[in-house]
Amino acid sequence: MKKLTLILSAFLGLGMNLTFAQAPKGNILIKNATVLTVTQGTQENADVLVQDGLIKQIGKNLNAPAGVETIDATGKFLMPGIIDAHSHVALDVVNEGTSPITSEVRMKDMVNPYEIGIYRALAGGVTVSHAMHGSANVIGGQNATLKHRWGSSNPADIIMQDAPRTIKFALGENPTRVHGRGNGIQPRTRMGVEAVIRNGFNEAIQYKKAWEAYNAGKAQKGNTLTPPAYNERLQTLVDILDGKIIVHCHSYRADEIYMMINVFRDFGIKKLVFQHTNEGFKVAPEIAEYTMGASVFADWWAYKMEVYYSTAFNAAILQKNGVITSINSDSAELIRHLYHEAAKTQRYGGLTDEEALAMITINPAKQLGLDSKIGSIEVGKQADLVIFDHHPLSVYAVPQMTFVDGVKYFDIQKDKDDQRQIVSATEMVEPVYLRNAEEDDHRCMQDLDAYYEAFQGAFMGHKH
Amino acid sequence: MNKIIKTFCAALLATLPFAAMAQIDGEFVKPRSGKFLLQNATVVTITKGTLNNTSVLIENGKIAQVGSNIAAGDAEVVDCTGMFIYPGMIDGGTRLGMVEVSSVAETVDYAENGNVTPNMQALTTINPNSEAIGVTRVSGVTTALAVPTGGLFPGTAALINLNGYTPDQMYGGFKAIVMNFPSSGRRGRFDRRSDEDVKKDAEKAIKEANDIWEKAKNYWELKKSGAQLQYYPEMEQLSKAVSGELPLLIVVDAAADIQSAIKWVADKKIKVIFSGVAEGWRVADEIAKAGIPVITGPVQDLPTRESDRYDAAYANAGKMAKAGVKVALRTDEEENVRNLPFHAAYAAAYGLGKEEAWKAVTINTAEILGVQDQYGSVEAGKRANLIVSTGDPFETKTQIMHVFIDGYRIPLSNRHIRLYQEFLERSPGLKAN
Repeated sequence: MKKLTLILSAFLGLGMNLTFAQAPKGNILIKNATVLTVTQGTQENADVLVQDGLIKQIGKNLNAPAGVETIDATGKFLMPGIIDAHSHVALDVVNEGTSPITSEVRMKDMVNPYEIGIYRALAGGVTVSHAMHGSANVIGGQNATLKHRWGSSNPADIIMQDAPRTIKFALGENPTRVHGRGNGIQPRTRMGVEAVIRNGFNEAIQYKKAWEAYNAGKAQKGNTLTPPAYNERLQTLVDILDGKIIVHCHSYRADEIYMMINVFRDFGIKKLVFQHTNEGFKVAPEIAEYTMGASVFADWWAYKMEVYYSTAFNAAILQKNGVITSINSDSAELIRHLYHEAAKTQRYGGLTDEEALAMITINPAKQLGLDSKIGSIEVGKQADLVIFDHHPLSVYAVPQMTFVDGVKYFDIQKDKDDQRQIVSATEMVEPVYLRNAEEDDHRCMQDLDAYYEAFQGAFMGHKH
Repeated sequence: MNKIIKTFCAALLATLPFAAMAQIDGEFVKPRSGKFLLQNATVVTITKGTLNNTSVLIENGKIAQVGSNIAAGDAEVVDCTGMFIYPGMIDGGTRLGMVEVSSVAETVDYAENGNVTPNMQALTTINPNSEAIGVTRVSGVTTALAVPTGGLFPGTAALINLNGYTPDQMYGGFKAIVMNFPSSGRRGRFDRRSDEDVKKDAEKAIKEANDIWEKAKNYWELKKSGAQLQYYPEMEQLSKAVSGELPLLIVVDAAADIQSAIKWVADKKIKVIFSGVAEGWRVADEIAKAGIPVITGPVQDLPTRESDRYDAAYANAGKMAKAGVKVALRTDEEENVRNLPFHAAYAAAYGLGKEEAWKAVTINTAEILGVQDQYGSVEAGKRANLIVSTGDPFETKTQIMHVFIDGYRIPLSNRHIRLYQEFLERSPGLKAN
């Protein structure tokens, strides 16, 4: 009987975990901080009250309700949790590089809550990351938006369940290299990339019509219709056409960005964000007019041909042309200092503090469809917060505490020497990973092993 | 005429309220030499304190005078009121000018084939017109060590100033033979060798290094004795490290390898500099005891082990300095050497402190390379490598207003800035004109 109960509860528990994962929600009062709300100005010596994981009140001389912990942040700066609109943190696998279209795969099946990168991101004030499929395919997999609830062993706990669906597209060198040069199929050129997208969507429209015809016909008496074969790949493309998924498109050159806008105009798809977008500055008015913006590097350039004609002023030009612009990491290293990356828009283009901070908070929130929930310090929003010792745009700023839903997941005073959750049982000696000058930390082209072997690592260089 | 130009410039300034460039692009298009008086600044000399209301006279490519009452004479006066003068920063380890586009093999010239190629000269491959050089120097980095990479002895590094039209004009007076010390760590996350293979490969490589070194020693002994030697360019070059004519720049990162390297050089009586030294903090006392100077970095880097604190790389330089190691910094970069001030700032914030961090990108680097009589501080007699800024050049929003290299006034322009000027307000804009 006892055994049966155990089995039963284990079974139920499993079900609970998968379907009703309950993320912890905290209560806290942060006192006397310089509060950088991002959307509603800066408040000096202000308090922020968090209850049940949400921002309840912002003001002066707030009192902590019974049982709510108070944190004295006198002399410190409080900002919204940083949002990384392009990351591969906590993903066991990044690329399903087997077909130019793999819209059926989902990154949320690949989430590893033990990855130390989550803790390191928290130590850099990042509370939400957009864990993306890689850039091997023209239409890649569906991404996962993560909340960095470090310490859970359940992937469902760190997936932001209330985030809209997003999917990765990729233009230019990466898909043409993997499929065109690597496998001898389309796309080999940027013309082929356009064709792959157009063909995919046209096929999806046919698929949608077949289902519509079936659904209309099956209501009629005496019909002998058989349903079309279900196809997850095409159904996902239909969902894009129906506006149910935000497309995040890896892109570099102005020509391909312009092409993508035209293709999406033709298909009436509106939810489009460009990623990387190094030459976005050249078509900034077009991006501003049609899309949900661009997510860019602060200063990366010259690591491949399609980013040679870049400028570190890209973010500033985009911003001043009305593009919703975010600064992302695409790197396990950069994700730890996005506040510094955002500050580079002040050296390169003289953006204001609020414009610069928006690029790592409310702007990426908009691009992920989450600006009503996160991205600023406003009453009613989720309490993702970071405390800094200096203004976060100062190069000397060091994050002190990071909260997700009002729960503290990083505290510099309690940072231990070894923060791993699990230790590999198969590794006798912990590996030492040394920097390879010719290899970077980002993983947009990870998991293309066969490809690397075939080309003897010739493309081991920069991979995003 | 002059007035018209001035008025025009003023108008141009007014129309570019967002202009982040200190100088107006096109004001002058190429570096120009001359006699300049940088007047009335706060001068951070690095070696002789910070001097208020002080001017610096540049003449014949050198700092002629630093003082408060310098007559302008025929010098071109650059008003620096409210601004700061610092020595140009030195990056102690880069591939600057040796590559144009890293993924395009045809433009990658920092790694030759072969394991023992010490005769490969970094200076030969420096492209004075590389876009990255113009992008770098406006950040205040005026000098960089160009380091070849690849095999065990990949080549000879060279110090370059970021101004000049030929490698010789850029040459900064320091060379070193590079050694990639055999590594027992994994080279990046794509290194899929087994633990055993990694260890075996390292042991084999150490043995090979010993054999090669013995050969170079023999070559040097024979050469000294006046023997007739066959043409052997590798040994000819390597023997310069044996004899002490050139220092050996040993690139080494993992703690165990640093320890092996300390042992390896102990009985060799050669000039040694360690470079990289990612896990230096683990064995800082041993490095200090050995008295080997270190050029470490990048600072903005991941920890080498998953069990390490998140800030291990940020804090590394500070921990080594505290243990008594002489520390300079490097970015190990090519196109983004311009981030050296930010790497230094991170080292400062995580334990090194601002003053030591400044030394680590100026005078310490100069002393480690043995060129402190020419570089690394604002002192009369040194090369006029100077930057003028609106504030602390490490701070992200600070603007660099003027750059002087070897006494040449450098135009604050490059392709990044020109693209900004062209595309900030594109014409035609959204609709065709």
